Amino acid sequence: MASLELRGLAKSFGAQTVLERIDLTLGDGEMVVIVGASGCGKSTLLRLVAGLEHPSAGAVILDGRDVTGRDPAERDIAMVFQNYALYPHMSVFENMAYGLRIRRLPRAEIRKRVDEAAAMLGLEALLSRKPRALSGGQRQRVAMGRAIVREPKLFLFDEPLSNLDAKLRVQMRAEIRRLQRRFGITSLYVTHDQVEAMTLGDRLVVMRAGRAAQVATPMEVFAHPADTYVAGFIGAPAMNFLPARLGAGGGAALPASGPAIPFADGRRPGPEGRGLILGIRPEHVLLDAGGMAFAVDLVEPLGSETLLHGRLADGTGLVVKMAGVAPSGELLRVTLPSAELHVFDAESGRRLAPENAGTGPLAGLVATG
Amino acid sequence: MERRTIFGGWFLPAALVLPQLLVTILFFLLPAGEAIYQSLTATDAFGLHTRFVGWANFAALFADPTYLATLLRTAIFCALVTLLALALALVLAVFADREIRGRAIYRTLLIWPYAVAPAVSAVLWVFVMHPQVGILGRLLNRAGLHWDYTLNPIQAMGLVIVASAWTQVSYNFVFFLAGLQSISPAVIEAARMDGARGFHRFRTIIFPLLMPTTFFLLIVNLVYAAFETFGTIMALTRGGPGQATETLVVKVYRDGVVNLDLSGSAAQSVVLMLLVIALTALQFRFLDRRTN
Amino acid sequence: MTRTRTDWLAHIVLGLGVILFAFPVWLIFAGATQDAGAINRGDLSLLPRLSHLGIFLSVLRHGAADSKIPVWHMLMISALMALGIAIGKIVISFISAYAVVFFRFPFRRIAFWTIFITLMLPVEVRIIPTYAVMANFGMINSFAGLTVPLIASATATLLFRQVFIAIPDELVEAARMDGAGPIRFLRDILVPVSAANIAALFVILFVYGWNQYLWPLLVATDPRLDTIVIGIVQLIDTGSILTPWNTMMAMSLLAIIPPVVVVVAMQRWFVKGLTEVEK
Repeated sequence: MASLELRGLAKSFGAQTVLERIDLTLGDGEMVVIVGASGCGKSTLLRLVAGLEHPSAGAVILDGRDVTGRDPAERDIAMVFQNYALYPHMSVFENMAYGLRIRRLPRAEIRKRVDEAAAMLGLEALLSRKPRALSGGQRQRVAMGRAIVREPKLFLFDEPLSNLDAKLRVQMRAEIRRLQRRFGITSLYVTHDQVEAMTLGDRLVVMRAGRAAQVATPMEVFAHPADTYVAGFIGAPAMNFLPARLGAGGGAALPASGPAIPFADGRRPGPEGRGLILGIRPEHVLLDAGGMAFAVDLVEPLGSETLLHGRLADGTGLVVKMAGVAPSGELLRVTLPSAELHVFDAESGRRLAPENAGTGPLAGLVATG
Repeated sequence: MERRTIFGGWFLPAALVLPQLLVTILFFLLPAGEAIYQSLTATDAFGLHTRFVGWANFAALFADPTYLATLLRTAIFCALVTLLALALALVLAVFADREIRGRAIYRTLLIWPYAVAPAVSAVLWVFVMHPQVGILGRLLNRAGLHWDYTLNPIQAMGLVIVASAWTQVSYNFVFFLAGLQSISPAVIEAARMDGARGFHRFRTIIFPLLMPTTFFLLIVNLVYAAFETFGTIMALTRGGPGQATETLVVKVYRDGVVNLDLSGSAAQSVVLMLLVIALTALQFRFLDRRTN
Repeated sequence: MTRTRTDWLAHIVLGLGVILFAFPVWLIFAGATQDAGAINRGDLSLLPRLSHLGIFLSVLRHGAADSKIPVWHMLMISALMALGIAIGKIVISFISAYAVVFFRFPFRRIAFWTIFITLMLPVEVRIIPTYAVMANFGMINSFAGLTVPLIASATATLLFRQVFIAIPDELVEAARMDGAGPIRFLRDILVPVSAANIAALFVILFVYGWNQYLWPLLVATDPRLDTIVIGIVQLIDTGSILTPWNTMMAMSLLAIIPPVVVVVAMQRWFVKGLTEVEK
């Protein structure tokens, strides 16, 4: 049980900056998911917290103690690796007991903890086996068991599910969440999979090119993405983006195709004609006989839903997700409802808030140019 | 372990395999057979009459205290050379595996000695350790240590062991380094997260994972020490003083080539043959089990 | 794992290791340039006399004191022997492995095991009988006698066998469809694919051949067939007061250079080859 604070954490390898100033605070028992594409710096961030790398700047404060210069051994952190990193020459039992033996726990206590963890993870029958005799899913559970028995201050997960097949992934995802909640141990979880991020995190940190693009709860990130990158990253199929201009008075957007769309939540600042990017999720586009022209060039039936890929009059691509079977015909008509519209500044990609907005949806946003 | 896609015909393959088979039969099997035959027979002084004597030569061998002494001496020699060569190579490999500047240069500088012939390396050691001429040798004498390996059997043995180990370190180094690099870095990191530090980590994680390499090198080093050190020993001490550095191979050479005791040296060769076969078989059994 | 502090311990340990190996070699370089008499009296120093670097040249041309064979001649014999052994071994192992892997013919298994046995019979074990066989063939004191018995090798054959077994079936089938017969396949496909292994083996076998001592000792009594290694050990044996220490040192250095150059130049293949042969 501990809080974690990252203050101004940064990392460069020579001339290459991998991580720019990261500030983050985790409450006791909170599970924060760091999500982003490869190369965004998320693994580096995790390794800095673990103590496997030294930061170029900044501090890591665990449970009120500054552990920045310290060896992993002194931090009381447990980590689950992407490739499990089980000790190949030790049995499952010994793998789990290793860290406890180093801490000189009495044998009986070690036995007890390992047995409990094994029972929780369904590993009782496998305790004497070596890792090479286990399946991927079993190895993953041993890796988790190894972390659980330590009863550490912090759990770190480095993309632990990416090597499992899809079905197992869904299963293990739920187990990880249940276990973390049960133990209430503060956790930092890294993944590139946005579904894992949405389902596991109490809060998300969406990372891009070494910076945190947004830090907020999953629903907040989904409903109010801070910029076009976050908007396009979270949610599948990805959000549609359409170019537009700000209408006179700032009360509506003028998209390249179709009629003006009034803003449902207030006027936007800026001169008339200001460049905008409108975002709308495929599931929010409405098929409407009175709407604008939409030329379909690909239909993907998914069973209970259908994806329609096509173009609007001005050539902008659009993806529509609808329930049921698609109507036949290549030319359909669609409307973009105001209530589901996301407004971004065309130049910076950042969310353009209404003039009377408070600091609500923008909390945790890292201010960059 | 067989191919599915092959070519037809039998003449071509037979022709291709013939050269190696010929050389093998002529220069391996025939001599080996000859050695076995000779070890089971005795020839009189003039080389005129040969008669079959069964185990007699072997019995004589194992009853001969000099032979038994040589056997023991060789065992000790091999063990010490192997231990020294493995330990040194392992230490160097562990440090050469670390992320330091100039890593590649260090590695090259530790690999090149592989090219030095065992015989030549002995000569190098003479220049270092000779009581009069050798730079360290005379230093030791000036310091009052009475260093002369041409007279002192223990010093001779010590020198021959060090020189032999010196030549073998590079070979072991290459293998240990490869072994260390084949250990997944994630496993090491997991150990660090679990709280294992420095030597404890080496003892409980790294060394056990190096076992296959270590075992393989153990056999190779023992075979090297038993056989390939012939040149080193001959160049340094010729087996002397007396018999102080006479290993089994040196004895075979002395008895067979120098003293012309054909039956005796043949018997010794057969014993050596059996030793090598046993060691090699052990190595392959182990390899087989590992790949399962 | 990155450290911002220099790892002093590693540098010290590795530095000591490097010195341990470099020291004797530096010594003979320095000693070769000094005066034999002075060395004999015990005045061997670590500092070379740069004015006397010519000794290397003179040793190459004239040989060491009593022997009449110039060192360049011995180096040449060593080089030819090493090359002969390396190339010979590679060629016959390559074609043997090819035959055993890519064909089925009667007695194939027996042939393979016969070859395999040689793994367990290093030269030192069969020296005298092999010598007798050679004498019967009249190969004593001949160049062939130096090289041929050392040519059959199970390790090279095993290595090639492993490589050949791993060649994907599709490659062979594609070649056959293109009309390649077995010889063409061997030449145009197998050799290029095995190039790295061949290079690695070459390094190992060249060094092996160059460094031979026992066998050339027995087989060649004619001093014109002396390898450089034999030549050096011979000099040491005389051990008299007239021993020309400085020429001996010069010879030793010259003896080391060619194989070291080969190892260092081809280091990458060499390391790859060593650690793969024994798997």
